[in-house]
Amino acid sequence: MTAAGSAAAGSAAAGSAAAGSAVAAPSIELDAVSFAYPDGTRALSGVTLRIEPGESVAIVGQNGSGKSTLVRHLNGLLRPTTGRVLLDGRDVRLTHVARLAGLVGLAFQNPDRQLFAGRVSVEVAFGPRNLGLRGPALDERVRAALEEVGLTAEASTNPYDLGYSRRKLLALASVLAMRTPVLVLDEPTTGQDARGVALVRDVVSRAVGDGRTVIAISHDMRFVAESFRRVVVMREGRVVLDGSPEAVFGEAAWPELRAAYLEPPLPAVAGARLGLGTTPTEAELVAALRAR
Amino acid sequence: MPGAGLVLAGVGYRYAGASAAALVSIDLRLEPGRVVGLAGANESGKSTLCLVVAGLAPGVIGGRLDGSVRVDGVETKAMRPHELAQRCGLLFQNAATQLSGTTSTVFEEIAFGPCNLGLPGAEVVSRVWWALRAAGIEPLAPRDPARLSGGQAQLVALASVLALRPGYLVLDEPTSELDPAGTRLVADALARIARETGAGILVVEHKTDVLAQIADEVVVLERGAVALSGPAAATLADPRLLALGVEPPAAVRLERAVRASGIEWSQALAEAIG
Repeated sequence: MTAAGSAAAGSAAAGSAAAGSAVAAPSIELDAVSFAYPDGTRALSGVTLRIEPGESVAIVGQNGSGKSTLVRHLNGLLRPTTGRVLLDGRDVRLTHVARLAGLVGLAFQNPDRQLFAGRVSVEVAFGPRNLGLRGPALDERVRAALEEVGLTAEASTNPYDLGYSRRKLLALASVLAMRTPVLVLDEPTTGQDARGVALVRDVVSRAVGDGRTVIAISHDMRFVAESFRRVVVMREGRVVLDGSPEAVFGEAAWPELRAAYLEPPLPAVAGARLGLGTTPTEAELVAALRAR
Repeated sequence: MPGAGLVLAGVGYRYAGASAAALVSIDLRLEPGRVVGLAGANESGKSTLCLVVAGLAPGVIGGRLDGSVRVDGVETKAMRPHELAQRCGLLFQNAATQLSGTTSTVFEEIAFGPCNLGLPGAEVVSRVWWALRAAGIEPLAPRDPARLSGGQAQLVALASVLALRPGYLVLDEPTSELDPAGTRLVADALARIARETGAGILVVEHKTDVLAQIADEVVVLERGAVALSGPAAATLADPRLLALGVEPPAAVRLERAVRASGIEWSQALAEAIG
């Protein structure tokens, strides 16, 4: 792409971003994606996956099973060794990174790989500023994102004066401020206390309610069962289970789940022991007990 | 051993330049072979307490410490950093901070600490294999530490602390990035290490299910002070826990949800969630 083309793509992204969540979420398609790191470590082996606009998808699996590698293909941070990643049918290789940045927001697992500014507000403004926002529109983006993660009072703080858990919420706010139609969160609840987990849960349900696509990597099976409608289980770089929480946490799937070093959430285990069918969440277990 | 244990009495701590104290009159006792869980909301002082117990605050990062921190009867203030490091090992919250960045294999990374203690080569090698086994990561030995997943890096960081064989271990969220199997692996390893080596372990953990499994006692902090403390089972079932920013264990939560819905609690239900 030429410099002029790149600028055009940038301003197109900015124009739509300024209009709020006007951009429709693209469909996401991974077509036989394989990826090996330069040292030869094979992280993905023939992953084929289609995610429709507005879906909420949790990706779970053992440490090192390829989850983070997978999501880094969605915004072009990594390019497949073989296979293709398509957004609305268009190969991400052919899509300029500026446009990808306006479509897919990715919050890293480790916030320290993402944060760099000397002030919380500057950190959060960086993304939307690069999308072309200025002045009151930019200020409003920053304010709304900080409010969503409960960091309003820290706007002038140096990010590194925040504890790890709040740095992680700040990294989340920086991505939220981009208002991308696709939100990708790499282990958003790790290191969070009960309030932090509740904040993250609300962020996800609001984004899903707004029609955005939310994809999150998590080891927290309660969060997964309660906040997502689809669960993708990875093992050794492959997708081994893909379905609703009821399907993936149902007793029939336990052997495959355990082979992926995962455990079903406690309500699912209790429901199965009590012969109540599949009850991945507390609410479903209580409802099944009542109906008995 | 008379006076054995890691004992905090009336400990207060203020970071250099901070206007408010991060810790306020903390009393805590960690005995050899025991596991004490430390819980609390974000920024309630858990990580600061880890730094104080391990002597990094104020020893390395400055600030003002009040009260007394004694390891087996000796004030940590009177110890040099390398002496304290051998008595009390600290695992940071962010594994990437822990790794040296100077080694090209996981094996060398874990050998880094024992080598710096000047131990004989054979002893270093045997400790490294022991630590790799304890953390369940022997297959990672030849891998590049810079190319590990978040969870793998956390297990390597844990093994590198274990290889120093400290009498006391201070672990700041050792399972935060781990999958359920990795979490169980670390929990089992910590329980075994406490039992077999007699190490006293202080572990910060948001996953109260882990504390329910391995902790003898649990201490909950709020704004730098001890809000709750006592035997693990009783503390983790305390109705004030959630208001202190700590999610109760899954079994405790489930029992409450069932009872709150008006369904009668039964032995069959207790067994199903047990």
